[in-house]
Amino acid sequence: MRKYIIILLTLVLSFAALSLAAKGKQITCSGSTTVLPIAQAAAEAYMDTHPDLNISVRGGGSGVGVAALQNGTVQIANSSRPIKSKEISACKAKGVDPRAYVIANDAIAIVVHKGNAVQNLSIKQIKDIYTGKITNWKQVGGPSLPIVVVSRDVASGTFEVFNEKALGGAKVAASAQLLASNNAVVTAVSTTPGAIGYAGLGYITDGVKVVKVENVTPSETTAKNGTYKLARKLYMYTNGKAKGDVGNFIGWLQSPAGQEIVKQQGFISL
Amino acid sequence: MNDFKEKSFKLITYIAALASIMLLLGIIFSVFAEGIPLFKTIKIAEFLFGRDWYPTHGEAPQFGIWNLLIGSLLATFGALVIAVPLGLGSAIFISEIAGSRLREIAKPVIELLAAIPSVVYGLFGMAVLAPFVRTLFNVSTGLNLLSTSIILGLMVVPIIASMSEDALSTVPKQLREASLALGATPWETISKVVVPAARSGIVGSVLLGFGRAIGETMVVLMVAGGSAQIPRSIFDSLRPLTSTIAAEMGETVVGDLHYRSLFAIAILLFIITFVTNMFTEIVILKRGKA
Repeated sequence: MRKYIIILLTLVLSFAALSLAAKGKQITCSGSTTVLPIAQAAAEAYMDTHPDLNISVRGGGSGVGVAALQNGTVQIANSSRPIKSKEISACKAKGVDPRAYVIANDAIAIVVHKGNAVQNLSIKQIKDIYTGKITNWKQVGGPSLPIVVVSRDVASGTFEVFNEKALGGAKVAASAQLLASNNAVVTAVSTTPGAIGYAGLGYITDGVKVVKVENVTPSETTAKNGTYKLARKLYMYTNGKAKGDVGNFIGWLQSPAGQEIVKQQGFISL
Repeated sequence: MNDFKEKSFKLITYIAALASIMLLLGIIFSVFAEGIPLFKTIKIAEFLFGRDWYPTHGEAPQFGIWNLLIGSLLATFGALVIAVPLGLGSAIFISEIAGSRLREIAKPVIELLAAIPSVVYGLFGMAVLAPFVRTLFNVSTGLNLLSTSIILGLMVVPIIASMSEDALSTVPKQLREASLALGATPWETISKVVVPAARSGIVGSVLLGFGRAIGETMVVLMVAGGSAQIPRSIFDSLRPLTSTIAAEMGETVVGDLHYRSLFAIAILLFIITFVTNMFTEIVILKRGKA
């Protein structure tokens, strides 16, 4: 019997200790998988200087983040696209007032296999390739090789931006491969000689070749000055104006110190 | 005191059983509750037989899952084409041909295949098999129906092998001895006596394998390529139902048509696996009675 009492006491005490430890301040954020690496690295760096603060970061996708903000389960929703009007009205219905904070810039790079000689594509050519009008590389000045079109899932934030900026809202051909992540696209393109794909600049590896779009190479300068056409902003959304710890965290991320982390993760600073 | 122990133990198991059933019913209820409202806007026929899956298209989103459904079925049948001969062959070998030493090693090893997480299969398919298939057949992409079928087939082999072996080894020894005594060769005994006697168990294992393959998500997400088309050859990419849900759910606006359509796909998958499992139960129950 004494053994049980000891076990019970230990349990009670450890629970008490746990709940005391968890009493520190807590920020939760979730959302876009594109923003995830920035948010994670930023949270770690920020917690180093603010030991009493606990920031937990989750992925899930831009839509999940906004839904979580709407339900009040997170303080920050990460999004790789501007919030949609439908989402704003859903938030308002629950008394949530989403405010946008731009935390980084990103460019979507068009990538092809290393062995592909094509150097440059126009927006029109990209659109024709993705809608299935151009099916062979020789039609855009490359070798005679069927094009394997690789796209992101139609629900991803990256696809939405690509669809708007490159395709003008046109439908991607049904034969296009739709892959679930930036990494999957880069891997598929690096192992498929006829492939074309697109991914956030932070995900580009040496295994693929980045082509110019309208004769502009995606880079920090071209994304910021607007000459590169496939650039986008990354956001954090809060309920109302960000105050207190949340406000400090986002403010820090927008500051030069925070933007260092954005650059380290392969994205473009503000 | 003893009586109290007995009673409390009964109560605990009762609560455990009740809780799992309640949770299951809760899941089924919420899937249906989220999915059914889609059909207020989209006709069921349009949903099932529509050829265009453009759920996020700006002006006119389309929610036709026909290509996805065919993709799921093709991948599953492709998997069975590979898994049934392999699984049944290994079951016959382990049960009828191998010596007892070899059997004790072979069976656990095959069952171990079932313990590999599906994401590992997916990774293997994406990084090793797909490039191999692409260069071997000199086709434009390795993320296609063939690669998907091979990987899914490998995952189903242990199910078919293990369950069929169980069925074969429960065939009474007298049947084999009678057949051999009547002058049948070992091969005739296996193909004409033992396998027919274990038929219902074998069919049950294939149905269970079907259910496993059609419900598999991670592998098809990684290896199928994800084109919402009906593949014209085994070297075309495809997009099964499960990977569509997995890939798109994270980014949908909660409560809109796209979100509902993904739950409607879940309902369809639930119905397919429910019917298969029911068939399996019936087939195996029949064996129990015979």
